[in-house]
Amino acid sequence: MPFKPIVLWTDALIYLLLVVIVFFVWYVRSNKHLLEPWRRVGHSTSGMMALTLLVFFITIGLLDTVHFRSAVENNRDTESGTIYSAEVLSLLDVIATPLRTRLEKTYSAPFATHLYTKETIELSDGKQVREFPRLVFGGANLQDPKTQFTADFASRAFIGLSFGIFIWCICAILLITLLASMGGHKFSETLSIIWRNETESPWKYVLLTLALIFSLAGTAITLSAHYHILGTDKVGQDVFYQSLKSIRTGLVIGTLTTLIMLPFAILLGIMAGYFKGWVDDVIQYTYTTLSSIPSVLLIAAAVLMMQVYTETHLELFDTIAARADLRLLFLCIILGVTSWTGLCRLLRGETLKLREMEYIQAAHAFGASHWRIISRHILPNVMHIILITTVMDFSGLVLAEAVLSYVGVGVDPSMISFGTMINAARLEMAREPMVWWPLLSAFSFMFALVLSANLFADSVQDAFNPRIKTSLIRIGKSRQGKQGNKLENKVVVSIIRDSTSP
Amino acid sequence: MTPLLKISNLETIVHKGLKPVRVVNGLTLQIMKGETFALLGESGCGKSMTALSVMRLLPEAGEIISGSVKIGGEDLLLLPESAMRNIRGRRISMIFQEPMLSLNPVLTVADQVGEVLQQHFNLQGIALKERILKILNQVGIPDVPNRMFEYPFQFSGGMKQRVMIAMALAGEPELLIADEPTTALDVTIQAQVLALMSSLQQYNGMAILLITHDLGVVAEMAHQVAVMYAGEIVETAARDQFFRNPAHPYSLKLFAALPGKKKREKGLATINGTMPLLSREFIGCRFADRCDHAWDLCHVSVPEWNEVTAGHQVRCHLFSKNSEYRVENPVKKVEISSQAMSAFQAPTSNPQLLRVTNLKVHFPIHKGLMKRVTGHIKAVDGVSLTIPQGRTLALVGESGCGKTTVGKAILQLIPPTAGSVQYDGLELVGLERKKLREKRTEFQIVFQDPYSSLNPRMRIIDIIKEGINSSDIKFNRGMSGGNPRSLISEEEKVDTLLQRVGLPPDTGWRYPHEFSGGQRQRIAIARALAVNPRLLICDEPTSALDVSVQAQILNLLEELQNSLGLSYLFITHNISVVEYLADEIAVMYLGRIVEQGTVDEVLGNPRHPYTQALLSAVPVIEFESKREIIRLHGDSPSPVNPPSGCHFHPRCHHATSICHTIYPEETAFSPTHITRCYLYSKERNLPHPQMQK
Repeated sequence: MPFKPIVLWTDALIYLLLVVIVFFVWYVRSNKHLLEPWRRVGHSTSGMMALTLLVFFITIGLLDTVHFRSAVENNRDTESGTIYSAEVLSLLDVIATPLRTRLEKTYSAPFATHLYTKETIELSDGKQVREFPRLVFGGANLQDPKTQFTADFASRAFIGLSFGIFIWCICAILLITLLASMGGHKFSETLSIIWRNETESPWKYVLLTLALIFSLAGTAITLSAHYHILGTDKVGQDVFYQSLKSIRTGLVIGTLTTLIMLPFAILLGIMAGYFKGWVDDVIQYTYTTLSSIPSVLLIAAAVLMMQVYTETHLELFDTIAARADLRLLFLCIILGVTSWTGLCRLLRGETLKLREMEYIQAAHAFGASHWRIISRHILPNVMHIILITTVMDFSGLVLAEAVLSYVGVGVDPSMISFGTMINAARLEMAREPMVWWPLLSAFSFMFALVLSANLFADSVQDAFNPRIKTSLIRIGKSRQGKQGNKLENKVVVSIIRDSTSP
Repeated sequence: MTPLLKISNLETIVHKGLKPVRVVNGLTLQIMKGETFALLGESGCGKSMTALSVMRLLPEAGEIISGSVKIGGEDLLLLPESAMRNIRGRRISMIFQEPMLSLNPVLTVADQVGEVLQQHFNLQGIALKERILKILNQVGIPDVPNRMFEYPFQFSGGMKQRVMIAMALAGEPELLIADEPTTALDVTIQAQVLALMSSLQQYNGMAILLITHDLGVVAEMAHQVAVMYAGEIVETAARDQFFRNPAHPYSLKLFAALPGKKKREKGLATINGTMPLLSREFIGCRFADRCDHAWDLCHVSVPEWNEVTAGHQVRCHLFSKNSEYRVENPVKKVEISSQAMSAFQAPTSNPQLLRVTNLKVHFPIHKGLMKRVTGHIKAVDGVSLTIPQGRTLALVGESGCGKTTVGKAILQLIPPTAGSVQYDGLELVGLERKKLREKRTEFQIVFQDPYSSLNPRMRIIDIIKEGINSSDIKFNRGMSGGNPRSLISEEEKVDTLLQRVGLPPDTGWRYPHEFSGGQRQRIAIARALAVNPRLLICDEPTSALDVSVQAQILNLLEELQNSLGLSYLFITHNISVVEYLADEIAVMYLGRIVEQGTVDEVLGNPRHPYTQALLSAVPVIEFESKREIIRLHGDSPSPVNPPSGCHFHPRCHHATSICHTIYPEETAFSPTHITRCYLYSKERNLPHPQMQK
């Protein structure tokens, strides 16, 4: 076998999360009333655009999650058969092999053809000069960068753009065909409906977002074949590659931490609010105590203990990746254990309010069990809080990772993350001339990721919370002013009717 | 005489979604100086929007699109906003419905009244203080020099409403707009506030625009009445004309829907359907779809104003001079089918379904770090009552007297502190949780607020199935004869239940927010009925609803009692509902029952001074009958520290020395009629109550 699949701990948890999500989607699809609010999410323009971007990020993250060790060619015949490389690679690594392997000597600016620092170069005639040496890979195809660069850059960018738009066209045609067959219209009809934005979901804007992503990606891919489009870092590694690799770390920290925190927060928060009395006292004292310990210190202590353990038990890990991954998982766990208090407090308060609601009293009057009341009446009614907190935490956690890496207790130094990039930027920003691109790329990628997650969360919240129907109506109103899209208005009308009837 | 306020063709819309909602549509009215003009209508008909249009305080989405509002000849709608500020509070003031929400909790009462004076009269220092004192004295706040520096939370509901009135009066306005000023108050407090308003009116000669849904309040207060329906006035008349001879079919329906003693056993008239959406275009009469007398013309042409008698105008084709459709008595008596009456024979085996003896619920008050118990709120303090199978006991009392707590303690939703609750011979107090759960399906509760009593995240079908699913008992008892429990039979059962409460079966797939208040209350009743209860505790089930919807719910409850033999414990503060529905009545005051008996005994011949005061405070429509309102001064005392002796003595006109020390024993007038008052006790050696003052 040319490779050996490796399932790291976080990989396993991500697969588990995927299975859960697939199951959830299947369950929602089979229940009409659960599907309804999700449909409303699908009708929100900003939500769908954000989701498109988010899917793009998640795809990269998932590609980076499939790990394996490739076989090493060996001349010796050994009994154990093939020997696998000690380096754990992911699918993304394979796709981005050129980016990964083309290392420069040190810093170089985006699209640079020369290094950022002067070096003493020995000329062929034995003289030594101090100048900016040419890069080994960046713009290596150019004979005379000064004159050729602009033309080369433009032609490559144009090719990349065309390539991206070509791929986009294929995707768009596939999507429209699919929509046409689902809606029972002809292809051309569907196209014109989408163009006039009369579909229930804002497909026009989804396609526009896709167009933007594909053209950017196409250009970036083509250009990155010959240039370091976001420059290189101190050890000459491509910053674009680092940014792509950081996406997975961010997603893992953001999702797994929340997953670990949710059971604590939900269970304890609802229990405290629902049972009151000594249960409430115990839980309250626990989280008050926990939140009065400076969490950075707690995390630092835990991570340092973990570090010592891994270093004294090196034999437990076959690869560096496995060790780094365990540290990442441990970081998720420790962040999860320390960050549940906020949500727990929110849920306790909401449950205290809900338990006095008359429908809960009615359920008591039916003799419903505590478990039934919690799961059927309280949990669905605090779901929007959980959802919102989860997504808000997502961005907070990605940032927390950066802070922890700054302190030196974040992810393993061998693991690329936004945090390590920003941490490195600390020194780079202090240089003269300033090295700004690693920070800028980390910032832009993180910004896009967090913003799309937040926008998506907003539209989910709008759709799920029955109390904030008005905002949807307002959207309907402003839209109606611009264009009279009938199908969408129908939805809005039904919502208005609902909200005016009582 | 020129009118003080003249509104002509006022049209107000609220931008909501695609079509603007025309909340006020071509409204014309005029109010004379010193007159009380009542704007009567059900919720959502545009009464409050009219008031806000006059004040130009509409919500952001609202817009006045045409018409004029003239006060003393000055058109308010043409004034710039800065000039409006000198009108508001000075020439026109407003009292809002909820006194708890209308006062700023972080300012003292004196500050809030003084703000108006500073704005409009530029008073400062001692002059200001004296003026505040005078105004607060005027509205009947006791001990003003001390209390004026207290904060709103230190005042009771009635007192807060007085402060609101004081603020409104501070600018000595020509017009006072009172938007449901007493709806949130108890009847005895309502009587106080209404009396205060009319006495102030006589003193100041200001005009009042009274916005209300309560026919009783209108009869008590108004000089002129206008009935509003779906954004327009449909009938306007002087009070006497209106109450003697209401003309519009809608007004008639409102009267017919009022519960009362005379309508017992007859069922109440209801208005079909619901109020039309105001975003819709109207071609004919707005009431046509719900009107019994509508004919073709009503659906195609908008009725003009027709004069019934001088000053009594109605917007209805029935009264049109050139209408061919003439009937002797245009409005025939509402016929009510009395089917299903007495179809159920109450089983005689166990006549007393519920027997509550000496029930006590005390809530401990915790204080300090260690949460020591420093006192008890005696919410319920020794209540005894019985409910026979198939009968209705009404528990009457003002807010805070503990009637809801009694209901919940009977259901064991709140653990009672002492006493016993025997249901069908089984003691419920201290019963194991498991056994209690098995028994729970037999007694159910219907709550006051239909908006918070249904889980907003569940479909109606799930809400109704809730009871069946959450109790593990065989739910088929008595229904379909022990069929194996299956999904189909459950759904069929839900459909039958929905039909029984008068909702179409397809409602099951929708969510609660899609329904109106009345429909939600029906769903709540269907949910309670799903488990075949024998006792239903109705905790003010109609107090959040409009009169016409209230009639529907009361009819439904009565019909269910007749067909299923349910027993009701009907908790309410509405005496007319009691007259209509109850067999027996218990009057509660501060956690104890002060008088108990059959409806005729208690309402016909009330003995306890509190019952007498309570009954006299209820505004009535038959204003010919000269009745004297027994005014109670002050508010209910706190149950934390109830007065010694008879709890009622601080407010009682007949209180004697013994009332201060010992709580009176029961005095029986008949086997059923019992009261607790020294006026009738043998221990008392005092002259006749009427002689006392």
